[in-house]
Amino acid sequence: MKCRTAFIGAIIVLSFILAAIFSPFIAPCDPLKSNIVNRLKPPFWIEGGSTTYLLGTDEIGRDIFSRIIYGARISLLVGIITITISGIMGTVLGSLAGYYRGRFDAVLSRFADLLLSFPYLIFAIFLMAIIGPGFFNLIVVLCFKSWVTFFRLSRGEMISEKTKEYVEAAQALGESDAKIIFKEVLPNIIHSLLVLATLQVGFFIILEASLSFLGLGIQPPTPAWGSMINSGRAYMLSAWWVSTIPGIALLILVLSINLLGEGLRDILDPRLKLEQE
Amino acid sequence: MLKIHNLCTIFFTSRGMVKAVDGLSLELKEGKVLGLVGESGCGKSVTLLSILRLVPYPGKIIDGEVWFQGENLLKKSSKEMRHFRGNKISMIFQDPMTTLNPVFHVGEQIRESLRVHNYEKIPKKIEKEKVLKLIKDVGLPSPEQIYQQYPHQLSGGMQQRILIAIALSCNPKVILADEPTTALDVTVQAQILDLLRKINNDLGTGIILVTHNLGVVAEFCQKVAVMYAGKIVEEGSVNQIIFEPKHPYTQGLLKSIPKIGGKKTKIQSIPGDVPDLAALPPGCSFHPRCDKALPDCQKGEIPLQMIEKGRQVRCLLYSR
Repeated sequence: MKCRTAFIGAIIVLSFILAAIFSPFIAPCDPLKSNIVNRLKPPFWIEGGSTTYLLGTDEIGRDIFSRIIYGARISLLVGIITITISGIMGTVLGSLAGYYRGRFDAVLSRFADLLLSFPYLIFAIFLMAIIGPGFFNLIVVLCFKSWVTFFRLSRGEMISEKTKEYVEAAQALGESDAKIIFKEVLPNIIHSLLVLATLQVGFFIILEASLSFLGLGIQPPTPAWGSMINSGRAYMLSAWWVSTIPGIALLILVLSINLLGEGLRDILDPRLKLEQE
Repeated sequence: MLKIHNLCTIFFTSRGMVKAVDGLSLELKEGKVLGLVGESGCGKSVTLLSILRLVPYPGKIIDGEVWFQGENLLKKSSKEMRHFRGNKISMIFQDPMTTLNPVFHVGEQIRESLRVHNYEKIPKKIEKEKVLKLIKDVGLPSPEQIYQQYPHQLSGGMQQRILIAIALSCNPKVILADEPTTALDVTVQAQILDLLRKINNDLGTGIILVTHNLGVVAEFCQKVAVMYAGKIVEEGSVNQIIFEPKHPYTQGLLKSIPKIGGKKTKIQSIPGDVPDLAALPPGCSFHPRCDKALPDCQKGEIPLQMIEKGRQVRCLLYSR
């Protein structure tokens, strides 16, 4: 059962990824080309809509379907780049801190606690306001705080693994610390980090959308789901689809990423597997 | 070949200094087997870890010398020390189940131990052949198949053999065996001891065997040191220790072994518990549990005295 939901999640995520990669071939229209004559056309199933604009058009007549497809690029790119940078950074620092402890660990952990004490969105808004909007800045701001989650998880896992005898045995064998940390212990804790990474991707996508919605993230006219939701706000009563459709796209993507992550957890965590049997 | 002189290892805990190893001296001669006997928590394992300088935090070696092949290991830098670990002095641990890394094939793990101390690359094929030979040498059947297995697919005895294979991989001069048979059942224990004996005979590897099982000691060791509360209380050849124990503690240990056959008598035990290392009684640490204690036992440090050649006892009963 769990496997099936994870499978469905995986398929949906995969199709979003494919759509993002091949968007120039899939999108029927240019996402940036406006056409004032055809502004605020409804989706094809509502009267007045046409199959030329499958999901209707926005306030300056751009095709929403094409913009959704191009928008997936931004969302996924932000999610994946952030997770890669912050995941690697957090894991490396966390492993080192957990292995060596001492002052290095104390300083890093306090800094991590400090970062954690701010609400994420407010912190991001604050930083974005300082360094200004843009794709690159957005990644920097997201990474600045998100490594902490990986740091804490890998540090904790490392502390508990370090007491196991195989680590002592590796030391008695004369292996170097770097080898013990990254080749002996890391393969033992990587599964929980992978699950955390999949679940965090969804979170970053939402965060990017939130910042773009507030005008601090990806700047128009680049299609991003958050800014598309924002631009439709004024037409909520007359043309609901302008805001709602990017919202639904966001919902589906994040939901299926979470399904996938949860399924991965069940597959990778042997303890849960035992309970099911 | 391996000589420990006046080793002191102290754990700095919140309850104060705990002397886990207190002024310990030992010598292992080339190709011999030395038994280190004592109750749990008397400092046997810490002694072994001190030799390799792997005492875990908050422990620290504060004094002493560990001479190995004419070099003092306690003076080495941590990088030089790594060259000794596993390469010249290797270690076998108590619980094979947790000592092997659960996520790698066992063959891969033996291979890793070969790689750690080989600075030039050996071709993969030769490396694998070496591993297969090691698996065969420790008496495991079908090495090809075992190479590809994970630790949990093997039984405890097989896992311990793999660990011995890892310990042997770099042809060490000394093997430190920390209760290598405790986690195994009796028939497997005998097999593992046979294997260790064979290694000792064939390769001339010196072994320090830490155990609390005097039966194992009697089988296997040439010299025995008995430890109590971080100190050696008696040292001698295996026959001397087993047949004419001098120290009341050794006598008590030997009396507490049930005998098969003969008259049914109550097994004697040593009264009381192992003392708290953070709050040792004054004088001889054993006097509160000793049935032969003299009033002087509570006063001052009791020295280790030579009573015959190669035979030492830390007890006032023999000082006259």
